[in-house]
Amino acid sequence: MDTDTLALPRTHYLNAEFGLASWLLTTDHKRIGLLFLGSISMFFVLGGIFAGMIRLELLTPPGDLVSDDTYNKLFTMHGIVMIFMFLIPSIPSVMGNFFVPIMIGARDLAFPRLNLLSWYIFMIGGCFTLYAIVTGGVDTGWTFYTPFSTMASTSNVMAAAVGIFIMGFSSILTGLNFIVTIHTMRAPGMTWFRMPLFLWAMYATSLINVLGTPVLAITIVSVALERAFHLGIFDPAYGGDPLLFQHLFWFYSHPAVYIMILPSMGIVSELIAAFSRKNIFGYTFVAFSSLAIAVFGFLVWGHHMFVAGMSVYGAMIFSVLSFLVAVPSAVKVFNWTATLYKGSVSYQTPMLYALGFIGLFTIGGLTGLFLASLGIDVHVTDTYFVVAHFHYIMVGGALMGYLGGLHYWWPKMTGRMYPDLWGRVAAVVTFLGFNLTFFPQFILGYLGMPRRYHAYPPEFQALNVLSTAGASVMGIGYLMPAIYLFWSLKYGPIAGPNPWGAKGLEWTTPSPPPTFNFDETPVVTEPAYAYDTVEKKLA
Amino acid sequence: MPKHESSSALVPDENAAPASDPALRHHFDDLAQQHEAATLGMWLFLATEVMFFGGLFSAYMIYRVWYPGTWGDASRTLDITLGTVNTIVLITSSLTMALAVHAAATNERRKVMSFLVVTMVLGVAFLGIKSFEYYQKFAEHHVPGLDFRFEGQAPERANLFFSLYFAMTGLHALHMIIGLGILSVILYMAWRGRFTEAWHTPVEISGLYWHFVDIIWIFLFPLLYLVDRHR
Ligand code: HEM
Ligand SMILES: [Cu+2]
Repeated sequence: MDTDTLALPRTHYLNAEFGLASWLLTTDHKRIGLLFLGSISMFFVLGGIFAGMIRLELLTPPGDLVSDDTYNKLFTMHGIVMIFMFLIPSIPSVMGNFFVPIMIGARDLAFPRLNLLSWYIFMIGGCFTLYAIVTGGVDTGWTFYTPFSTMASTSNVMAAAVGIFIMGFSSILTGLNFIVTIHTMRAPGMTWFRMPLFLWAMYATSLINVLGTPVLAITIVSVALERAFHLGIFDPAYGGDPLLFQHLFWFYSHPAVYIMILPSMGIVSELIAAFSRKNIFGYTFVAFSSLAIAVFGFLVWGHHMFVAGMSVYGAMIFSVLSFLVAVPSAVKVFNWTATLYKGSVSYQTPMLYALGFIGLFTIGGLTGLFLASLGIDVHVTDTYFVVAHFHYIMVGGALMGYLGGLHYWWPKMTGRMYPDLWGRVAAVVTFLGFNLTFFPQFILGYLGMPRRYHAYPPEFQALNVLSTAGASVMGIGYLMPAIYLFWSLKYGPIAGPNPWGAKGLEWTTPSPPPTFNFDETPVVTEPAYAYDTVEKKLA
Repeated sequence: MPKHESSSALVPDENAAPASDPALRHHFDDLAQQHEAATLGMWLFLATEVMFFGGLFSAYMIYRVWYPGTWGDASRTLDITLGTVNTIVLITSSLTMALAVHAAATNERRKVMSFLVVTMVLGVAFLGIKSFEYYQKFAEHHVPGLDFRFEGQAPERANLFFSLYFAMTGLHALHMIIGLGILSVILYMAWRGRFTEAWHTPVEISGLYWHFVDIIWIFLFPLLYLVDRHR
């Protein structure tokens, strides 16, 4: 496309309408994606502030910065905000909303008004949780274990639980919308096996959302009701069982970690293909591994309860099943690596995040296998080893993928480029800061430092100082994109429809896309990632 | 992209089927696609509902296996006559709902409306009988948390039975109330003559929802009322 066309004033989804109402009442999936982007970014900052306070407290061995009670509230609210208000919605609600219809060549999601509703539901639920925070906080841990959460805790469990319950419906509606859209609204020629892998990941994630989230909802409602009316479902005095809560909770919350990681894996597939100019090695395996993860993910919840009073045989079965669920993840890592091999790799910002993802996710996943081994888990459970493990997955994996996707699609969403050099610096700083923060925690956990304590014996200090130092480096790594991405909105160079020379329907429409995504319904004639055809034509 | 096209971004593209039917939403190509999407959406929603109730059902099953004695005692206090009547009322309402959907397919507006009204009346009757049962439980001090008393073995565990009884039937009743709300909207739309032979998807998918709620009851009734009747 020549430059003077670009300079012409053009109607797109951002300037089609103006004013607050045009945003708050929009049914355009792209605008709704941006609404989510704004909300979850604020929640991320909030969760980050809690994280910073946790790390500051742990700088010194005695509990000198905050009281034990405050510390309990800090890590609880850090967990709640990061998991339910940032990570779970992040990629589906922002990039999924924005790109699922575009990538299949549709004009919108199947249920646009339901989509808007899901943002409102999310915000209402978020308000409840924020209310719980400002009126004194919650101290149960993000897992709300009974009987503490139903009987002993005097904190704001009700409000937080209600908030999480409500936000759950937002996930359910988004998931439902994606599944229906992918089934019924693909453009002519867009067969299932021509779909970009990001869509397979979104599909699998939506399945988990649709089947898992209701179980969490009913569990959380039971906790609230039990607090209010002494139902007895979890209360041994009435013959109830506190372990039932853990079973129900982890039946959702283990699959929920895949709600957080699968979308990132989808993004990484896009990035690896685009920046190594190759078709993803073993496309069908990668596609089906997403479904396999979604299905197997429901069978392994018991590995969170090895020391909670489970029969040895039960524990053995869950241990074995947990090993099985690692297989499809390993398939993906293997296929990405094979794709990189002999590709013409270029190291632009999104690619650096993708490579960071692969490294960190691999470490997180391998340590997950340690934890799934009964004997080792008994040694390191509830220590910093676990904290390090899930942060490698959730921050090193899910968050890196999110940032990679944000950089990759930013030009499409806004029509502007950001300074790639700064992007690369930010990616490297984040990667280094991340490892400095969380690697020492593996050692701390192995040496026996328990999680969720606000004070610790002096011999653990050196590693904790490293970790806190790393957290500040990582904080800078997150601050930088916030600055240059904002900067790019006004000063960034015009991106053009396809700044990366990437494949995929989203790159065939102008940046930013028009309100109905395409000026003409696209017809798909080739598989996803047909990069080799480009090269053949050039040769 | 030709330059003069740029202003047309707001209009759906011309390749789409002509918007023949006012019921066709802008982002679908045709009514068939729109119908398929709505139906699949409802089935998925019902799948989430199965999981939602599933948590309570599994809790109920586990405790039933653990405490068969208490469960029998507590179950025998429920009014089986009212329960049976309610079951019949609800199955009949499923029938009239199905007839309403059929009438919509053949575009008989009056029939759609009258079958919907009958369905709703039956639904209200169900809720009325259910409230009467709740009132009885209240009078017998069988409501957990409100001066709960129970004569029989292990009264404290009976509390658990009645908790689950109220949670499950309460959730079911809530679904009935939502269903009545949906049916009133459908009734209004039918009255306004919104449905045609080509497009009556809302009647169909609310029918699905109504049948689903009935099916939940078909499981609740034996589990709650008929448990250990023979002893
Ligand atoms: C930005 C730097 C971050 C730092 C320094 C940090 C630090 C911590 C620490 C020290 C704990 C352990 C508290 C304890 O168990 O005593 C923790 C827990 C946790 N963090 Fe982070 N975190 C960071 C980012 C994140 C992000 C981005 C997420 C999610 C996306 C996250 C999710 C969690 C979760 C789920 C827990 C568990 C809470 C619990 O088990 O109660 N963290 N974090
Ligand atoms: Cu798990």
